[in-house]
Amino acid sequence: MSNERKIRVIVAKPGLDGHDRGAKVVAHGLKDAGFEVIYTGLHQTPEDIVQSVIQEDPDALLLSLLSGAHNKLFTAITKQLEEQGIDDVLVIGGGIIPDQDIPHLKKHGVEEIFGPGTEIDEIVEYVKTHLKR
Amino acid sequence: MQINVTDSEIDEQVHKLRAGDQRAIAKLMTYAEMNLFLASQVIKKLYKYTGNAYIIGITGAPGVGKSSLVNQMAAFYISEGHRVGIIAVDPTSPFSGGAILGDRIRMKKSFSLKDVFIRSMANRGQMGGLARATRDMIKILDAAGYEIILVETVGVGQDEIDIFKAAHTCVVIVVPGMGDEIQAIKAGIMEITDVFVVNKMDLSGVDRTIMDLETTLQLTHNSKPKKPITPAQGLFVKVNNWKPPIIKTNAITGENIPKFIQNIQTHQDFLKKNDLLPIKKLAACKNEIMDIMKFQLYKKVEDYVFKNTDVNDLIEGIIEGDIDPYSISEDILAKFVKEARILDK
Amino acid sequence: MDENKEKNIQKELERWENTTVKKVIDKYPLFKKYFRNLSDYDSKALYTPLDIMDLNYLKDLGFPGEYPFTRHVQPTAYRGKLWTMRQFAGMASADETNRRFKYLIENGLTGLSVAFHLPTIYGYESCDSMSTGEVGKIGVAIDTVEDMEKLFAGIDLSKISTSMTINAPASILLSMYLVVGEKQGVPSEKLTGTVQNDILKEYIAQKSYIFPPEPSMRLIIDTIEYCTKHVPKWNTISISGYHIREAGSTAVQELAFTLADGFAYVEAGIERGLDVDAFAPRLSFFFNAHNDFFEEIAKYRAARRIWAKRMKNKYGAKNPDSWKLRFHTQTAGVSLTAQEPENNIVRVTLQALAAVLGGTQSLHTNSFDEALCLPTEKAVRIALRTQQIIAHESGATNTIDPLAGSYYVEALTDEMERQAEEYFKKIEELGGVIPAIRQNFFQREIARAAYRYQKEVEAKERIIVGVNKYVTESERPEILYIDEKVEEEQCERLENTKKNRDSEKTTKALSILKQKARTEENLIPFILDCVRAYASIGEIIGALKEVWGTYREDAIF
Repeated sequence: MSNERKIRVIVAKPGLDGHDRGAKVVAHGLKDAGFEVIYTGLHQTPEDIVQSVIQEDPDALLLSLLSGAHNKLFTAITKQLEEQGIDDVLVIGGGIIPDQDIPHLKKHGVEEIFGPGTEIDEIVEYVKTHLKR
Repeated sequence: MQINVTDSEIDEQVHKLRAGDQRAIAKLMTYAEMNLFLASQVIKKLYKYTGNAYIIGITGAPGVGKSSLVNQMAAFYISEGHRVGIIAVDPTSPFSGGAILGDRIRMKKSFSLKDVFIRSMANRGQMGGLARATRDMIKILDAAGYEIILVETVGVGQDEIDIFKAAHTCVVIVVPGMGDEIQAIKAGIMEITDVFVVNKMDLSGVDRTIMDLETTLQLTHNSKPKKPITPAQGLFVKVNNWKPPIIKTNAITGENIPKFIQNIQTHQDFLKKNDLLPIKKLAACKNEIMDIMKFQLYKKVEDYVFKNTDVNDLIEGIIEGDIDPYSISEDILAKFVKEARILDK
Repeated sequence: MDENKEKNIQKELERWENTTVKKVIDKYPLFKKYFRNLSDYDSKALYTPLDIMDLNYLKDLGFPGEYPFTRHVQPTAYRGKLWTMRQFAGMASADETNRRFKYLIENGLTGLSVAFHLPTIYGYESCDSMSTGEVGKIGVAIDTVEDMEKLFAGIDLSKISTSMTINAPASILLSMYLVVGEKQGVPSEKLTGTVQNDILKEYIAQKSYIFPPEPSMRLIIDTIEYCTKHVPKWNTISISGYHIREAGSTAVQELAFTLADGFAYVEAGIERGLDVDAFAPRLSFFFNAHNDFFEEIAKYRAARRIWAKRMKNKYGAKNPDSWKLRFHTQTAGVSLTAQEPENNIVRVTLQALAAVLGGTQSLHTNSFDEALCLPTEKAVRIALRTQQIIAHESGATNTIDPLAGSYYVEALTDEMERQAEEYFKKIEELGGVIPAIRQNFFQREIARAAYRYQKEVEAKERIIVGVNKYVTESERPEILYIDEKVEEEQCERLENTKKNRDSEKTTKALSILKQKARTEENLIPFILDCVRAYASIGEIIGALKEVWGTYREDAIF
């Protein structure tokens, strides 16, 4: 038996934003690329998401948000992850994120942002090549 | 992807697990799921802490409301002051090898981190691997002090039957109006089910489904052997004198959930009163040991074939066309047994 | 058409294909094999009278303002009155949005449309931990009737119609509007406007539900019943396909699921014992205008015809106003690209033109920067100007339903009606709309369509200019930012309101509401009492949650 292992990711929608088309399309695409995708559903608080990360031990956390609350919510999540000593999970964001906000998010632990029009393959490739364990 | 975990790392995680660290539980689960070798390292270290949990298996076709029911059960047990572990297994796509695991969606937000541990798993379509990994996940939660462990599966294959065999009480969920649903319940599951749930009781055709279930159950029940079977005789003990109850529920509104849980309790009491828990455990362990040995042996044979060029020459003999696959296997196995014996000395 | 003529055309068509076309195709092959619209309908190269052989003009099209209203609901269409130019607006505080409303009115806006922020949409107070980061972001923060008063300060509610995009808590926001009317001295009989109030599409697509479907339906029917008696000029519901489409459905799915929702409301109203002709005239619709020009036009025409036929024949409505499908349109937010955002102005223009040619009663045009942020004032102005140019410069309004009789548009209208009917049959087999929601039917259909579309774009089977073809690095436009201070200030305001109100009165009103929620009484009068007592939306929804619980959905892909 080999040590070959599956990539496990969490796709989560923090906040109250109900626009889940993108998150679902990405989740489906990642599944088709052979990933195991834990989908948390809508309306997750940062605490909910961090709880999922702790228990599921994923390789990556993909956050999707279109309501404009990303600066607060994404960083609340990365802050809590840091407090929990979780440093081996790749955090990436998607949705409607203005370019101007990206440096701030990257400074606070969100490693990459994928905006509208991103191809799923791009995300797959990115996750595969940026895993932290 | 490769992962290397040292013995002392596992020691440390087990230590943390005993101190209640959820992240350690999660890490150990990741190791256990990864492969047999890592799993054996983990289980050897924490087996001594297991044996306290009550394990409930829940299965049913997609869409019958498993997650909602599990959610209701968890809420009940938490309200009773228990800590609850949940293992939710979803199918892996046979095409891509990927999976979508959506069981966390249904879980109530009011659950606090301390009381419930939910872990999603894909069945990964590997022969026998799922049951092995799931059993180990159960042990990890058990060692971490979760008193009630709920294992939720889609109930389609032999693996799921094997998972069921590791549970104390097995629950099968059906819903009305799914036609041949009952016939479709995997043969082998019906026989070891302890409680049946007809969920979505607000749909029409509930009574019809209950009737169908009773008829099928009668047939299965009659076919059970008259004398108890001991673990030594079979891989699993069939428990006579327990007639599985059929409960209708609405997992969304919570209707009849207390009644359903009462029936699980009745089954548990029945097992205790008749001193059946040790017999059940023995049977489950035998099943598990056979399973582990099968894997270990397979792995040894695989390594042996891989490493020995002369064995490979034997296999290549098939190209010449004068020797059949059965004879080749027999030759290799004979060689393997002989050489393994020498090595052991 | 007589048989000889038909045979002649058939013969000539075949000849044309085998000679004229073949010669060209042999030399210059077609550049793709299929020419599919967004519902995967494979368009033919050419439409001829043969494609509309079964069309009966008087029966299937008729005249504008007359059954089956395929051509328009008003006899004079835009020659009598242009559509209402209604730009959706709302951000930050009530004061800030009030300023934006006044700016739009000065620029020629003819109807208000309120966008609420997410906490209001989900019934949370701005100070709730669930509201973190969301306050004032995608709309205006409304916690109590005091905010609502500020929102409409200096705007005479007897003179303007107001549309409110609000669903699960629609009855509460409508109550707030009525109370603001009371305070302005405008009687409820004189108020005009719309609440979206369409909960079914929330479960299907938009996902801003709170309660389970059954009590949610009860609240909607309560609103309809109350308005029929006390707010007769109010559109009690705006049955929305917009969000279904935004969630990734096809045009046919949008058409079919929206109308199915509409029929479900009609059935629920009848079940309550209401006369269909008393409430049906106040039902309105809300559709998307997406990229495929002709498909969209056909969709609106088919919708009018299907609605009229069913309302008359199946539900026995006798009042012609009950047969009329009146609708608002918004151009497709999902079609906007973050790449080269200025191109969105062109997309919006085409989409808006389709809505006008399809006979919309009211229109919102998206701003070009909406794939990036909330629209800036400049972007909103261009969007409004787009409507004004179509209305006054394009000539599209000079004649009614100008595309009627087009072989293609009529064939497409028929085809969409046929496919919608197939969906109605499937939904019926599943036991109706709510059982189909519970079985995740719609959610699955939409998720699959959305994924298929994404795959087609990635495979370049569908071209999105500036995204998967003709890609260049584009400059990013100026962005509108909502100050994070809004959250703090809004919370302070709410705390002040709570401090100054007669809290005994508030508590009593809330407890009566809770008690009445357990009965079958109409809840609107009790919600009005809560609003008058300055109960916050979070408190009112919270009280109802205690009785009804909340809804959660499955993961459907």
